[in-house]
Amino acid sequence: MTTNTMTGAQAIIESLQMQGVEYIFGYPGGANMPIFDALLDSPIQLVLTRHEQGATHMADGYARATGKAGVALVTSGPGATNAITGLLTAHMDSAPMIVLCGQTITPNLGMDAFQEADVSGISFAVVKHSYLLKDVEDVPRVCKEALHIAESGRPGPVLIDIPKDISSAQFTPDFSVDMDLPGYVIPEKAYSADVQAIADLLQDAKKPVLLIGQGAIISNATRAIKILAEKMQIPVVTTLLGKGAFPERHDLSLGMLGMHGTPYANFAVKDCDLIMSIGSRWDDRIIGNPNTFCKDAKKIHVDIDLAEKNKMIKVDVFAHGDARLVIEELNTLIRPGDTAKWVKECQRNKKKYPLKYRKQGGLKAEFVLDVLDNLLEEDAIITTDVGQHQMWAAQFLKTSNPRNWISSGGAGTMGFGFPSAIGAQLGAPGRQTLTVVGDGGFQMTMCEMSTAMLQKTPVKILILDNKYLGMVRQWQDLFFEKRYAGVDMEGNPDFIKLANSFGMKSFRIRRNADVERVLKEALEYNDGPCLIWAEVEKEDNVYPMIPSGLDYSEMLLERPKEKMDAPPGST
Amino acid sequence: MHLREVPDMKNNNQHTISLLVNNKPGVLIRIALVFARRGYNIDSLVVSPANDSSFSRMTITATGEVKTLEQIIKQLNKVVDVIHATDHTDDVVVERELVLIKLSIQPEQRSEVLQVTDHFKCQSVDISKDTLTIESTGSTEKIDALVTMMQDYSIMEVVRTGKVLMSRGLTAT
Ligand SMILES: Cc1ncc(C[n+]2csc(CCOP(=O)(O)OP(=O)(O)O)c2C)c(N)n1
Repeated sequence: MTTNTMTGAQAIIESLQMQGVEYIFGYPGGANMPIFDALLDSPIQLVLTRHEQGATHMADGYARATGKAGVALVTSGPGATNAITGLLTAHMDSAPMIVLCGQTITPNLGMDAFQEADVSGISFAVVKHSYLLKDVEDVPRVCKEALHIAESGRPGPVLIDIPKDISSAQFTPDFSVDMDLPGYVIPEKAYSADVQAIADLLQDAKKPVLLIGQGAIISNATRAIKILAEKMQIPVVTTLLGKGAFPERHDLSLGMLGMHGTPYANFAVKDCDLIMSIGSRWDDRIIGNPNTFCKDAKKIHVDIDLAEKNKMIKVDVFAHGDARLVIEELNTLIRPGDTAKWVKECQRNKKKYPLKYRKQGGLKAEFVLDVLDNLLEEDAIITTDVGQHQMWAAQFLKTSNPRNWISSGGAGTMGFGFPSAIGAQLGAPGRQTLTVVGDGGFQMTMCEMSTAMLQKTPVKILILDNKYLGMVRQWQDLFFEKRYAGVDMEGNPDFIKLANSFGMKSFRIRRNADVERVLKEALEYNDGPCLIWAEVEKEDNVYPMIPSGLDYSEMLLERPKEKMDAPPGST
Repeated sequence: MHLREVPDMKNNNQHTISLLVNNKPGVLIRIALVFARRGYNIDSLVVSPANDSSFSRMTITATGEVKTLEQIIKQLNKVVDVIHATDHTDDVVVERELVLIKLSIQPEQRSEVLQVTDHFKCQSVDISKDTLTIESTGSTEKIDALVTMMQDYSIMEVVRTGKVLMSRGLTAT
């Protein structure tokens, strides 16, 4: 406790530091200058970015790699609005994040003052909670509450809007102040009757599947889940964000399910007689057609968020609680059923329908990733951007540990991959960190190459350059009669020259024969960031594919022979 | 049944929801957004300080599908500033609404109007040369009936508070 007087800004920084914040990703401006000034005297390290969007994705990547809230600091007006995409991205994927926004002085609020934006008003729909500080005395309490809300329960972003007169005001902070959150309850254990009901259903199931989402990672349920799967002999599929919740090289792992999931994962989901989601929200990319999804299977859902109950599909048992506590309790109740035949069937499918791509011909993104998978360290952190490369990376890069796979799922935010890798690397120093990006998405936040150089962050940027906005092109190819509109990336830079202009080490892959040698060389380079430019086949499509809104039985394992109708689902 | 099935219009009812919320700026918009995002129309909304003035009471009536409402109630309870949100649609509650009706009326019509308003136990709260303003309190149905009766005279303005409710007996609202 301290009795010193200090400014609001100093109190914000001190409070964050006391709660374990190590980095602030930020960009300055008039309204947040007191906070930047306070950072000069703090052990918290400032990471100066080149754009506020980058700052938010770095904070997000840091958060997903560590489980602790990432902190971004932006100025008022355009600085704040540039942070909105990052807030949406974190909100959709339940990533803990704090965004500190400078704001015009309180007497000017609502007066259309210079660089005033009603950022609270703009951001209500994309935050877990937000604060507008009107009294400097509230600073210690608000900082405590903000971190608590961001990190606990179902995590999410919290925005604190800080008028400049508040950050400049002198006061004597009381950091021992209590939080005041009468409406905020964090669920813990589920009703025991529900857990018992799950145990009974599991025991009777002949063809069960565990569907693991990111909630399992957030609640540290992964060890308990491994025990559950092994004891009960239940095959495991994961969502895109659940990658790493169950070791993908495990015999019982079937990899990712859904629109671009593995054939064997999707077959298992199609044929199962019980599906149990642990910390996944039955996203529309996973269930395809909500009216036919696992129609005859029993459905179980374990989630900390009651609002997910029966939201997308009706379930037989919903256990409302923290996934780890629920599964640990469940593990004391289970008795193995008879799943031997089913497990064999799933493993047979794994052999019979492997992920495949044409080995001959031009350089394939899948091949690059397939080779990379064998070269990566066991605990390497992979982040991705959004598009075809993301789906291929999810398919081909096997993830063994929680928090080793970072990708924008719910929002599908292009531009996320590279900055999130910088944040993740800072959160997990010493770990091999690589981001897989497309030529389109990389260009959205590539200005952060300066940031990576400045921080000397040893992040490896693998650009899978197909010279198209590949994922959109794929849809135009399949559902719009190949009428390519606005997807040609003509005008792309020479990425080697680009890297060089930042002083960044670069590598180039043009032929199959280059792949292993160049990747090895790049993985061994650790004196800072590096860029690997792989020019891959232009018109390759991602399969399997369950076109959106369709049933699992309509999964395409390869290019359909006939022209297809536009799918009924959304995107 | 799945949420995505075609909306069943029979389920398109009016619902009454009561909330206890933090008495802070911005709370109302957070709550309104939960409704707006799902296309739910708020018919009436009453906010006032609770017994403990750090909290506010809200009573909201809204129309829409039952399934959506369930989702809305859960989402409302997730809002950090909401202490609790409860659907009282089928509960036994005391509910009241207050109305002010201003009529344009000549002195010779007054006694006739006052007879009707007497029946409804209205108070006259303002009389001028050309107008008569009456007040009534009661269930929403009673207020609806009164307003219908008054359509026979020339209504200048109607202002209703919207419904407030309280659970009966020991049950907390
Ligand atoms: C900010 C943003 N804008 C647009 C989209 C729509 N979108 C999804 S994938 C995609 C193509 C991505 O192309 P690229 O980065 O080159 O990756 P590829 O699909 O070719 O691997 C687009 C435009 C998006 N997800 N995010």
